[in-house]
Amino acid sequence: MDTYSIVPLLTVLVSLAATVLIVFAGQRPNVRELWTILASVAKFALVLSMVPMVLDGRYPAVTLLAISPGISIALRADPMGMIFALSASVLWIFTSFFSIGYMRGLEEHKQTRYFACFAICLSATMGIAFAANLLTFIIFYEILTIATYPLVIHKETPEAISAGRKYLAYLLSGGLALVLAIALTLGIADSVDFVPGGFLAGQEAAGNGRLLLLFFLFMIGVGVKSAVIPLHSWLPTAMIAPTPVSGLLHAVAVVKAGVFGFVRAIGFVFGPQLLHDIGASYILAGFASATILLASLLAMWQDNLKLRLAYSTVAHLSYIVLGAALLAPSAWTGGLLHIVNHAAMKITLFFCAGAIYVRTHCENVSQLDGIGRQMPFTMAAFALASMGLAGMPPVGGFISKWFLLQGTLAPGGHHAFLIVLLLSGLLNAGYLFPIVVRAFFRHSDNFPRFGEASPLLVVPLVLTAGLSISLCLWPDGIFHFYGLASRVAVAVLGGGG
Amino acid sequence: MILEAFTDRYVYFMTVALLIIGLYGMLGKRNLLKKLIGMIVFQTAVFLFFIEGATKFFIENGTKLRGSVPVIDPQLGTDPALYVNPLPHVLILTAIVVSVATTGVALALLLTIHRGYQSLDEKVILERMRQ
Amino acid sequence: MTYLPILIPVPLLLFAFIGTLAGLWRRSLAYGAALLGTAISLGVATAGLVVVLSEGNLHHFLGGWDPPWGIEYVLDPLSAFMAMLVTFIGLVVLIYSRQSLLHELPERVVPLYVLKLLLLAGLTGIAVTGDLFNLYVFLEIASLAAYALMAVGGRQSAMAAFRYVVLGTIGGTFYLLGVGFIYFSTGTLNMADAAQRLPALYESRAIMAAVAFIVLGLGLKMALFPLHVWLPDAYTYAPSAVAGLIAPIMTKVFAYALVRMFLTVFQPDYFRVTLPVTDIIGWLSAAGIVIASILAIAQRDLRRMLAYSSVAQVAYIGLGIGLANPLGMIGALLHILNHAFMKACLFLIAGGIRFRTGLVDIPLFAGFGRLMPWTMAAFTMAALSMVGIPPACGFFSKWYLVLAGLDAGNWVFVAVILISSLLNAVYFFRVLEQVYIRPLREGVAEEQVREPPAEMLAPILVLAAGIIILGIINVVIVTQVLYPVTEPLR
Repeated sequence: MDTYSIVPLLTVLVSLAATVLIVFAGQRPNVRELWTILASVAKFALVLSMVPMVLDGRYPAVTLLAISPGISIALRADPMGMIFALSASVLWIFTSFFSIGYMRGLEEHKQTRYFACFAICLSATMGIAFAANLLTFIIFYEILTIATYPLVIHKETPEAISAGRKYLAYLLSGGLALVLAIALTLGIADSVDFVPGGFLAGQEAAGNGRLLLLFFLFMIGVGVKSAVIPLHSWLPTAMIAPTPVSGLLHAVAVVKAGVFGFVRAIGFVFGPQLLHDIGASYILAGFASATILLASLLAMWQDNLKLRLAYSTVAHLSYIVLGAALLAPSAWTGGLLHIVNHAAMKITLFFCAGAIYVRTHCENVSQLDGIGRQMPFTMAAFALASMGLAGMPPVGGFISKWFLLQGTLAPGGHHAFLIVLLLSGLLNAGYLFPIVVRAFFRHSDNFPRFGEASPLLVVPLVLTAGLSISLCLWPDGIFHFYGLASRVAVAVLGGGG
Repeated sequence: MILEAFTDRYVYFMTVALLIIGLYGMLGKRNLLKKLIGMIVFQTAVFLFFIEGATKFFIENGTKLRGSVPVIDPQLGTDPALYVNPLPHVLILTAIVVSVATTGVALALLLTIHRGYQSLDEKVILERMRQ
Repeated sequence: MTYLPILIPVPLLLFAFIGTLAGLWRRSLAYGAALLGTAISLGVATAGLVVVLSEGNLHHFLGGWDPPWGIEYVLDPLSAFMAMLVTFIGLVVLIYSRQSLLHELPERVVPLYVLKLLLLAGLTGIAVTGDLFNLYVFLEIASLAAYALMAVGGRQSAMAAFRYVVLGTIGGTFYLLGVGFIYFSTGTLNMADAAQRLPALYESRAIMAAVAFIVLGLGLKMALFPLHVWLPDAYTYAPSAVAGLIAPIMTKVFAYALVRMFLTVFQPDYFRVTLPVTDIIGWLSAAGIVIASILAIAQRDLRRMLAYSSVAQVAYIGLGIGLANPLGMIGALLHILNHAFMKACLFLIAGGIRFRTGLVDIPLFAGFGRLMPWTMAAFTMAALSMVGIPPACGFFSKWYLVLAGLDAGNWVFVAVILISSLLNAVYFFRVLEQVYIRPLREGVAEEQVREPPAEMLAPILVLAAGIIILGIINVVIVTQVLYPVTEPLR
């Protein structure tokens, strides 16, 4: 049931307002950063304030003016949007502090532009999370594409510029595929409002071929952002961006917007039944499985730490896609929880990479021998997050993987996917644990003495590591991620979580 | 029959001929002044077409006659069929004014162009433009 | 109330006289006259639109002669919309013109203001007239003013203008020839009257020839690909304040005239079923979008790039007309509005940069983002809109066109629209990269690179804001104004 509330709109506007303030405070770094932090805290508080209502089954919703005949800009905080919005907004707070430390530590240029674009990105992310229909979704989706571009090219080196071009070429094409998909959808259904179980459900009359085409367009549209192989190659290239950008945007906001789009498309546009009937779910699950394995293998070959993490991101994003494609309640719960868990773990890893870079200017795995002695907190957090990604308790990744594994055994699942997941756990260990081993057990004269990076960098990463653990030990926590995820699964699939 | 069709319509054939000559002048000639002349011929062809379109024929005593100027002649009476249609004449009067104005503008432009490039040859000018 | 239609072009003509006389006494008065005339006209057009939407169409019979003998002026939602658009862009660009013209052509400001008024009078006249021959007269008034306006930018612009004179005259004369065929077949020049009489004559060769000549003539005037050859040079070498006025509205008004022929004078089925007119327009436009966009990528001079982009964008309008379904028409008409705002904004920005630095080549704009933040913010806005990023208005015209393409089952057109978005992105992000990322070029004097004066910056920012506002309120325009227009297509 919807209740009228402008809170979802406020979550979008708060960082947009902050953007203006940031730009005008450009000459005074302290004031500027204050706005960033205030906005992030305010946004988080706003999102959090909606949790009780949403758990109660009352969804705050607001409809603004129409933007195409019969379709309005509408925001609606349903449980699924809440999961995404909560994880993005809580991690934005940490990232804000980390960014300040990172940017100041490296004495980066054009920091005003950086913080302003970051704030716009978060606005767009909230818009994507709370979009109540496809047209609202695409608007924020495109804004996110554009607002991330200045962050990708932040270094302004020739490599950064060509990375930016690649980024735009991929993401704008994806956006166009999505526009076409939405236009086609309008030809089949009258409305494009998201409905649990799919608003296209029962439209088999549109024909199998047409629906499959539509599904492929959706897949391309959101698949680019979620870096599904073979549409992934912009993501490693975009790692040239500053590390906090890679952390929040290329592990949480942007790529998760793509994955979120997948889940929306599967659960709220097509609906599980229709997707199953046209045979698309297996195709998608196949693509996701291939991506998981291939990207994990590719990650092994990367010496650059951020690139290794990027390929790992590609793999883990497809965990979520796989979860959604399995069309089983527990797989859905697992996939949705993985949005949160992966976000917390991967951002920890990126923060670690950033802290190492600021402190030592090392970017490559092979240079990290013995760094654990110099930066014990950082590397401890790194080790924890690595365990989580490999699916070990007591880190959040274990929970989501557990549910995903259950999903593969549920009706409609297949043992092959079980094997994929288990294998990928091993691969994860294979590309992450060597780093930990190097850091703590190899001896090297490079890092003789204790020297952590500035607290602005270390505290956020320790906190996000702590968050990842708490997500395992106490999955409902103050955020109620589990409750939200199981509600989505029930709403979409109708079964028990 | 064929001859009659021709004598009735020869103005139209001339119109078409003039149109083609004009188009050729505008598009085929390199000299800008010749282009302008082509343009004037082209416009004039259309004027002729309108004027010819205004004529009316009527049969009197078995001979085919053209209508008179559209001023009421006491001998002819007020039967409109006996007079040519005055409206196209009025329209073309306007169009001629337009044509004169266009020609004036074009001549002024040619002066400027000639001052700027010391030539009216399109090819030469285009070369100098790209420099 | 029935005087409203004629009251739109009349103030412009009247103030053209007043401006000439006042300009003889004091030059600066010509500017005031131009501003006042356009503002009055805009006021009337706005009032006209409001009245028309609430009370229905207004008809005015010039001199009290009833149609079909007298000349009729009609204000319906579409013509009021066009008149309002023309006068609004006219007013904004006039405000911009003062500084720009004083800088570029200080000796000739009086005739330039007068010519601008005449141009606007011609264009609004085309919008409101209900008479085929009267449309020709206004078409020539607008064209003559445009020839003269374009020619004053130096020897290159004189050459460009001359070519425009030649091709423009062919266009105008073809139109006149077509009107002649219609008149001699039907005996009327009144559009509504002709619409009544034409269906009986649809099989006649004369009427078919009339359609061919009229479409060809208007196609030349609106620079419909491949009849666009006069446009790039003309826009490139014209003075900034002139390109800023002509590029956004002139070709669009001729596109409007084409729509009038399609919807009002002839029945839509004549163009889309009996004769393959809309098909031809649509396919040529599709080719034009792709080719002109690629040519735009190849340009160094910002103004020339914008000129080729204009060819591509006019082809969008042609594509919408070519689709010949209600959504396509809505997309085309909405794009007339949207593109007017975007292209005006972009040309004014090009002029603003030239005003301060004298530069026109894109690679020399490196590093301007920091030094001209407002101007470049506006440029970014307009560029994103051209690429089709929501919620800027450019997205929505493409949106309707895509919907229309799918509705018609024409996948090629849909693909063309989508691909052209990417091509737009290529040439606009190329500029943005220079402006925001690359450092200032050596030899470009940093102290020169400043925001243009407020009188020039304000119009730019108004248009940039308009781009967003139009995007957000597009549904109001579509449902209130454009939807009723497409009635004959349903």
